[in-house]
Amino acid sequence: MEYLPNISFAIILVAGIAFFRRNVLRLIRNIKLGKEPQLEKDNAQRWKNMARIALGQSKMVVRPISGIMHILVYVGFVIINIEVLEIIIDGLLGTHRIFAGLGPVYDFLIASFEILALLVILAVIVFWIRRNIIRVNRFIKPEMKGWPKRDADLILYIELVLMFLFLTMNATDAQLQSLNVEGYAQAGAFPVSKFMMPWFAGMETASLIMIERAAWWLHIVGILVFLNYLYYSKHLHILLAFPNTFYGNLKPKGQFNNLEAVTKEVRLMMGPNADPFAAPPADAPPPEKFGASDVMDLKWTQLLNAYSCTECGRCTSECPANQTGKKLSPRKIMMDTRDRLEEVGKNIDANGGKFVDDRKQLLDDYISREELWACTSCNACVEACPVSIDPLSIIMDMRQYLVMEQSAAPTELNVMMSNVENNGAPWPFNQMDRLNWADES
Amino acid sequence: MSERIKVPTMASLFAEGKQPEILFWVGCAGSFDDRAKKITKAFVKILNQAGVDFAVLGTEESCTGDPAKRAGNEFLFQMQAVTNIEVMNAYEVKRIVTTCPHCFNTLKNEYPGLGGNYEVVHHTQLINQLFEEGRLSVKGGTFKGKRITFHDPCYLGRANNIFEAPRALIQKLDAELVEMKNCRKRGLCCGAGGAQMFKDAEKGDKEVNIARTEEALEVKPDIIAAACPFCNTMMTDGIKNKEKEASIVVKDVAELIADAEDL
Repeated sequence: MEYLPNISFAIILVAGIAFFRRNVLRLIRNIKLGKEPQLEKDNAQRWKNMARIALGQSKMVVRPISGIMHILVYVGFVIINIEVLEIIIDGLLGTHRIFAGLGPVYDFLIASFEILALLVILAVIVFWIRRNIIRVNRFIKPEMKGWPKRDADLILYIELVLMFLFLTMNATDAQLQSLNVEGYAQAGAFPVSKFMMPWFAGMETASLIMIERAAWWLHIVGILVFLNYLYYSKHLHILLAFPNTFYGNLKPKGQFNNLEAVTKEVRLMMGPNADPFAAPPADAPPPEKFGASDVMDLKWTQLLNAYSCTECGRCTSECPANQTGKKLSPRKIMMDTRDRLEEVGKNIDANGGKFVDDRKQLLDDYISREELWACTSCNACVEACPVSIDPLSIIMDMRQYLVMEQSAAPTELNVMMSNVENNGAPWPFNQMDRLNWADES
Repeated sequence: MSERIKVPTMASLFAEGKQPEILFWVGCAGSFDDRAKKITKAFVKILNQAGVDFAVLGTEESCTGDPAKRAGNEFLFQMQAVTNIEVMNAYEVKRIVTTCPHCFNTLKNEYPGLGGNYEVVHHTQLINQLFEEGRLSVKGGTFKGKRITFHDPCYLGRANNIFEAPRALIQKLDAELVEMKNCRKRGLCCGAGGAQMFKDAEKGDKEVNIARTEEALEVKPDIIAAACPFCNTMMTDGIKNKEKEASIVVKDVAELIADAEDL
């Protein structure tokens, strides 16, 4: 019975990690449903971007208030997780504060965790106020109704609870240390939780130990639960921001990919040596679909984008179409892509690893044509994203499907395009008049 | 304004066995749109003044395909691109200048993948270079005391990170450059990009160009400087909508330079 806590801990830890692994594998499987992108092989630049944008949070501070608050929570979580290492070792070995031997270093570590925990609590409260009291415009857009709103609040509550458990654990521990209780040797400095100690003053040792143990267990179980909550939440960005910034676009933002499938066709049409009557060989693969109408038509980098989105709405608040009341919201484009991808993933799980047509697709069932045609391709959304998501590329791929597979462009655009085709200009002017301006006074 | 502008064509130079230093890609707006033609002519005056050895393609030029590509018609875009590239490669074009950021972006970024490799500059960059080389100068005075705000074209600014070239030119004018609250990387679109120029906007509560014009009006400018023929149209329409055309003008940076030099 002596080893019961150790064994229970090991079981909980292994179960938590195994479940997380299952979700990660599912995530990778879903992302790989996308097509292979054309990626530039400049890995040095990619590492630099990841270090600067994800690790260094460089784009967060464009908006100073939310940016600085976010950095507090980010640094807090990264640093406080060093403590998790100690908790895991303690849990497995049945030790208590195994790193205490570090002496003053340990005091410094625990003190900084406590200060960061307090800052995280403050930032989380500010975030909650911004979402629920001030109701910052970008948090109350139509696509934020229901689960996205609950998800955002839930994350704040979980973070708050985890930080309080951590501080409660320390406060009771400090109390037990001051009472010279066996097993609670002097270790650590408690600049924040010492203010909580009076709450526990005068309690019996047994109750104190119970509270300390409960906080310890709930803290680590909470972290494991949170880890597994990620997959079902927008909060996945804490992991995916890193690969997503790594695989982010390196080209100038105005440069859109040239579709290779089209290049082949154009060369065939315009090449002087092309045989106009040539039939494709019998074993030729079916011609590639132009553009995207569903998630499987997108590149895997675009699907990674969708899972990396934390629904902050900076893209939408910078979008000229959205600012002027149009339906288009770049954030919704990303959320729809992720939701459809999840639906496809569940379909595959339910059908023994194979996708069975569900008579649904990303176009129309999730993203309307009205949204797609409202985009000015101005790149404001791409510029605004703190984790290098590119909603514009999805909009463009879907426009390609509408125009090249369905001939479903708005009439005025069809007029523009037939002008380009026939006169070499988007307006009905004769190409032979192209230099007339030089002679006009 | 009396002197006639000199606009050699690639074909005429080729017939004489000559090749210009640079091709001026006029673009569809610059060729056909009445307002944009004025920008084209102002820029040609600057080129003439600085003695730049340039030529235009004239009737051999055709749409770069930008609006088709942004509308989703990759096929039409590539047809246009391949045709234009064939013409330019036949003339052995090395360097291109254009007054349109959409042409600029397409020629510079999207043509290389289809066999068109050129050094492409925007006219605000070339004019800056002419100043640096001492081939141009402005006396100043024309715009003394005027407040000028610059509207960043998306396809010049955010899309290609060119923010300073047009501003450097405005600063030569002895005027006061005032920035809108959304400028440079966070510049608000005029509403014309992505082929929106050629269609009505989707249902909303405002036109994008009106929103941008309101941002410009906030800084109380005498002049709104643009560097794109489409932005120019959108901002001009916005000013008319706000009935401010008597007090505020929308001008291309090239026009401002040409006016300052009294070309």
